[in-house]
Amino acid sequence: MAALYEGYTLCGLAPAQNLSNSGIHGVEAERDSDHVVVTDSTRSVTIYKVSDQKPLNSWTVKQGQTLTSPAVYNSQSKEYVAVSDSKVIRIWKEADILLEKAFKATVSSDVWRVHCVAGGEPVVLFHRGAVRLLDSLLSAPQQPIEEVLAQEEAIRWSTNIVTESHTFVIFTTEQKGDHFLYLQRLNPNTLQRYRLEREEPGLSPLSFSASYRDKHIRLLYLYPNGHVYQSVVSVRGLVADEGAQALPLPRSLLLGLPVGEGLLEAASAQALDEAHVAVVGVPHPSAGSGNDFLCIWNTNFQTLQAGKEMAGKIYGQLWSFCNKLVIPHGKTLSVIPYECPKSSLASALGKLRQVKTDEFDAPTSVPSWNNILHEEKAHPSRTVDTRKTRTNRKSQSAPSLTNYQVLELIKTAPVEEVQREVEVLLSRTDIQDLHPSVGQLASALVSRSLADPAFYTPGSLVSLVHTRCLCHSVCPDLVLLALERKDYFLCQLCLQFFPDIPEAVTCACLKAFISMSDVDAEKLSLDPDSVSFTETLIDAECGPVGLLNGFTSTSADGDRSDGLGEGDTRAQQDEEKTSSPPEQICPVGLHKAVLLNEVLQTAYSDSFLLPHLKDLSSQNVVLFLQYLQFLYIKYTHGAVPQMHGLRSPSLTQIMDWVCLLLDAHFTVLVMTPEAKGLLLNLHSFVKSQVRLVSELGKLEGSLQELKKMKVKKDVGQYSIEIIELF
Amino acid sequence: MGEFKVHRVRFFDYMPTAIRAMAFNSRTERLAVARTDGALEIFNFADNYFQEKVIPGQDGRAVEALCWVGRRLFSGGLNGEITEYDLENLRPRYTVEAYGGPIWTISGKGTLLAVGCEDGTVKMFEILEQRIQFQRNLDRQKGRIISLSWHPSGSLIAAGMMDMIRIFDAETGRATHRLLVERGVGAPKSKGVVVWSVVFLSDHTIISSDSAGKVQIWDGLTGTLVRTHLVTKWDVLALSVSQDESSLIAGTSEGTVVQFQFISSTVDRQEKDWVRTRTFKNHSHDVRALVHTDTAVVSGGMDTQLVVRPLLDKVEKNTHESAMRKVAFPHRSLVCCAKKAGLLLFQFPDHLELWRLGDSDGHGKPDDILPVKRKPEKLIQLKRKGEDHICCSALSPCGGWLAYSTVTSLRLYRLQNNNISITKVSKLPKDRRSAHQLCFSTDSSKLFASSSNGSVVVVALSQPECRYLHTLKPKSGSRQTVHLLAASEDGKWLATANTDCEIHVYSLGKLTLHCTVPVYSSCPTAMAINPTTSNLVVVHADQQIFEYSLVQKEYTAWSRRLQKQGLHYLWLERDTPITHVAFNPKNPAHIILHDMFMFCIIDQSLPLPEAKNVLYNQMTLRSLPEPERIRHSHAFKICKNFQHLMCVSLLEDHSLVVVERPLLDIMSQLPAPVRQKKFAT
Repeated sequence: MAALYEGYTLCGLAPAQNLSNSGIHGVEAERDSDHVVVTDSTRSVTIYKVSDQKPLNSWTVKQGQTLTSPAVYNSQSKEYVAVSDSKVIRIWKEADILLEKAFKATVSSDVWRVHCVAGGEPVVLFHRGAVRLLDSLLSAPQQPIEEVLAQEEAIRWSTNIVTESHTFVIFTTEQKGDHFLYLQRLNPNTLQRYRLEREEPGLSPLSFSASYRDKHIRLLYLYPNGHVYQSVVSVRGLVADEGAQALPLPRSLLLGLPVGEGLLEAASAQALDEAHVAVVGVPHPSAGSGNDFLCIWNTNFQTLQAGKEMAGKIYGQLWSFCNKLVIPHGKTLSVIPYECPKSSLASALGKLRQVKTDEFDAPTSVPSWNNILHEEKAHPSRTVDTRKTRTNRKSQSAPSLTNYQVLELIKTAPVEEVQREVEVLLSRTDIQDLHPSVGQLASALVSRSLADPAFYTPGSLVSLVHTRCLCHSVCPDLVLLALERKDYFLCQLCLQFFPDIPEAVTCACLKAFISMSDVDAEKLSLDPDSVSFTETLIDAECGPVGLLNGFTSTSADGDRSDGLGEGDTRAQQDEEKTSSPPEQICPVGLHKAVLLNEVLQTAYSDSFLLPHLKDLSSQNVVLFLQYLQFLYIKYTHGAVPQMHGLRSPSLTQIMDWVCLLLDAHFTVLVMTPEAKGLLLNLHSFVKSQVRLVSELGKLEGSLQELKKMKVKKDVGQYSIEIIELF
Repeated sequence: MGEFKVHRVRFFDYMPTAIRAMAFNSRTERLAVARTDGALEIFNFADNYFQEKVIPGQDGRAVEALCWVGRRLFSGGLNGEITEYDLENLRPRYTVEAYGGPIWTISGKGTLLAVGCEDGTVKMFEILEQRIQFQRNLDRQKGRIISLSWHPSGSLIAAGMMDMIRIFDAETGRATHRLLVERGVGAPKSKGVVVWSVVFLSDHTIISSDSAGKVQIWDGLTGTLVRTHLVTKWDVLALSVSQDESSLIAGTSEGTVVQFQFISSTVDRQEKDWVRTRTFKNHSHDVRALVHTDTAVVSGGMDTQLVVRPLLDKVEKNTHESAMRKVAFPHRSLVCCAKKAGLLLFQFPDHLELWRLGDSDGHGKPDDILPVKRKPEKLIQLKRKGEDHICCSALSPCGGWLAYSTVTSLRLYRLQNNNISITKVSKLPKDRRSAHQLCFSTDSSKLFASSSNGSVVVVALSQPECRYLHTLKPKSGSRQTVHLLAASEDGKWLATANTDCEIHVYSLGKLTLHCTVPVYSSCPTAMAINPTTSNLVVVHADQQIFEYSLVQKEYTAWSRRLQKQGLHYLWLERDTPITHVAFNPKNPAHIILHDMFMFCIIDQSLPLPEAKNVLYNQMTLRSLPEPERIRHSHAFKICKNFQHLMCVSLLEDHSLVVVERPLLDIMSQLPAPVRQKKFAT
């Protein structure tokens, strides 16, 4: 699950008076991931160390001159390259103090931009579309520059990409409302021109972003109507055919962002990896109409992964370097760390759930002096637990192990050490930070356990499951492992917390639970809440039999005698009524009932569950049905303790399971003599449910009518109305 | 069909008055109803209970009792006068002072009319050809005579008084019996009991009802009380017995009508007894007047509605006959709409109100309520002169002339709407003093006034003086007054209809009778001449619709088709008459009709509904997609959005005016009914 962390300010901005642009001309990567070169739109270039939020060096051109191309860092020669007044290329080193004294070269044509990516040579892109390597240009600065673009065609955006073998310069142009993509390969030079498909008339792309992966250049562009398209161009199939017609560029709609009313004005989309796109300047779908949001979308699942409100105006600029997004907003340039782990469906879907369950803010990842010095004050809640935190602090002072080290440890270390280190890891960092690594830890633990029968760390697994960051698809073998090791507590937790347990696994759990002997079951230690719930359920006396919301459950008994139609059954019934009827005695033990309840509450789909249910033996089916019957009676007689917040199977779930079991095993049950009474009982339940539903239907009908009844409007003394006759 | 802008008007505060007395003439099947304001209405029970005649009231004339003698109708009132009515010219024929103080009751037998007076006398009048003449007094009693009933033989007469019933010998005038009526249980001694009503049966049984809530059965021969039925805690105000004397009804202050039947109380016993059988509750207030017809209970009272409740053992069940009817509104229009000027004239018994409709410049979808830009305003409230109530009124289409008439005078006014002024046109032709119906020509140049004996007076209107032009007279012998007038848009024709069901069409150019429409058995309730085709559309009380071509002097093909196919049964089952016919100038095939509960636009170009079709199909059509509608639509476009309609009219700007008078509003203005203990109150 992608996450945006707490951002911090890199520098203040001096935006233009009308706030039309941010005052930032460009942000380029410097020597490593922690340094950036910021060129502002006036005259200066500044180097920042990002993690320190501190400028390291700064250069300014003379008054009257302007920087027309953002400065780039040539990591090969450790030089900075910038262009001033469109024609003067300036190159300087970090040691240079004054820009005026550094190297200058004037070229014959206007330069659009100088590009340089790590490991590549600087490339110069001219206004009219020509491209030169900086070196070759400097060898003859006044060399003639050809015109590639047509009249009235102007560059809108450009970048360069270095592949394994070649350097590419990519730029888009606009000509009379049409947009073109140029793909210029250097050494050997080829130029390919593509025409972008037209969006709705009058809409031009707001932002472009290009990335290279698997021998393809992927171009991502955002339109004001919120559509994000991706076009993929293969770098291999490029043929140099100059002057050929522009090829149509196929595109695919990656995202349709919600734009609220109107169109987007200043927005930008940036591809983060193959599945994630960062978007700025687009409304948050669940936070009203404001555009000041930075969001990460998963393009595979079309889901919003993370969102963050940015204070102040959004200028539609966005850069990303090494898990950091740089975004100018309001009067600041902020850096926002992010994380895009490989996403699974469950984690993609799980976001909403998490939003609901835990309300606390994402913690800061930037070390704050305040936090470090006054941690106890700042987070008193974390220090409540005694021993854990002591070890925790100890380990903090000692060089603690990183995720990676722990993962390595799991592969080899003995059980106790693994358990300890996992505990330490879990208690040290906050769960939110751990989110991506929990899956890795669990997988590693499970695979070691599977491979090594002697190795099993129930405690670690339980605490990992307790983080609620796990799901079945992240760690598919976990439940089966727990079943194998008869760790039913872990099973229970998995059933509780995993939203995506396949039906086959659910059924396997059910089978294991129901065939377990009660004696074994009672030895288990299970989740105390559900145990206490089931306890009250089993112990509860049958409530007064009578009207329940107008529905008499005693009628069920009457129906049953109708079905049999013999006198002795009536006598038997009377007997049952006087003594405790067998249906009201729980057919399974307490802990077994707890586990079965857990199964009842898992999500499933009928058609997938049904084939697996057929694997149950008839004894098991009868037992389970008896238990369900017991539950049903408890529920309909109002014996269910009304405990809010406690997980308990609903009446519908019980009925659904009854139906499923009957569907799966009907013929077998009909042939089984001991199931006869059970079936008759269930039949009467169904009858009473059908009657209840039909009564409710009638009620619904009359309520609908009530709704339909027109409120008689007061027409007063005089009104002018329009009527229509047909 | 299309969209209509509708002015929904609810500011006509029409308030009917309470029914005080009723008399039923079983030979002619006419019911006479007297209201507390002195107005008299004649309903024809043979013709769908159509209210065919209205004689307007008069200040000070409080009719307390009504009675038919043959075809003649007499009333007695608290002003001490006996009035006979001229039912042809719709006015009191003459009035005779009885000289006995207020008259409480009146009862006729043969050639004698007995009148019960405040001073304790029963006065006998002899009914002569042209008048009545006082004959003699019966023995004078101490208290007032509240009720009278003749023995069918005519030799005895029973009189209900305070605390007692007297039986007189009609020949000698002597009181033969005194039947003491005991006061109610717990009532103070000083408070007497009033015998509100007595009925003398041919077997000398006397039945009385009184203010203590009792219906008592007496033996008239011996003067002994046979049986007492305590019916209510309040008064039992009216009694009526069926002609065969097997059924009796009593009306109470609670609004209930209790039926008693003369049957044997057990199956095998021969002796019959008056047994209380049924209770009807159709009124919210006092039932003041009751009539027991052969098939129905007719009741009326304080709540102003006339209710005809068929007795289900006397009529065929589940037919049109067996449905209960309530007559709440008069069967004629009290609203006149000036189409060109957008003005409404409301007629009250003692004044007229002229309103200008509001305006809205908005456009909307169907079912929208548009914002009212200009509110409607009351321009003029015109009080009538004299003590006679207004019987008819009219407003010219241009809104420039206003006319109204009472029984004694016709008044014409010139209106200036810009600066709202009204001037009486004083120089009316001298002898044209009264009218029963008024109508202006479309160009407002002529006024038509229905006059006595079925004639119509034509008056030319011009600013300084109005000139008498002509009197149109039918050749037929009918002397009934014209109750409907319809002038054609082009000024060529005038159609008149009277209660003998005759419809005459006059040519206004030649001022002669143009043609007479074949007489149909039911009375016309509304008619109009189509401005484009000059076809006369007539709607009758039995809901039949005819279209008669004035040019060809024959029924049109559409009318023939309609008669051949027959109207839809649901159309025929409606129980209020069509009171107005209008046309759509944009589409001559459209006829706009309305009754109390709906208005209908008949599109003559569409197929007529057959019995299997749904008559009220607007909801169905609304739900259907456009192309489907044509298949399901038929000629009768009935809109029931508006209820309790007094008027539906189409203005010149193609918007409809709908005048509603919700019955609930009328109910809310009635005095409080007697308090009754209801469950859980």
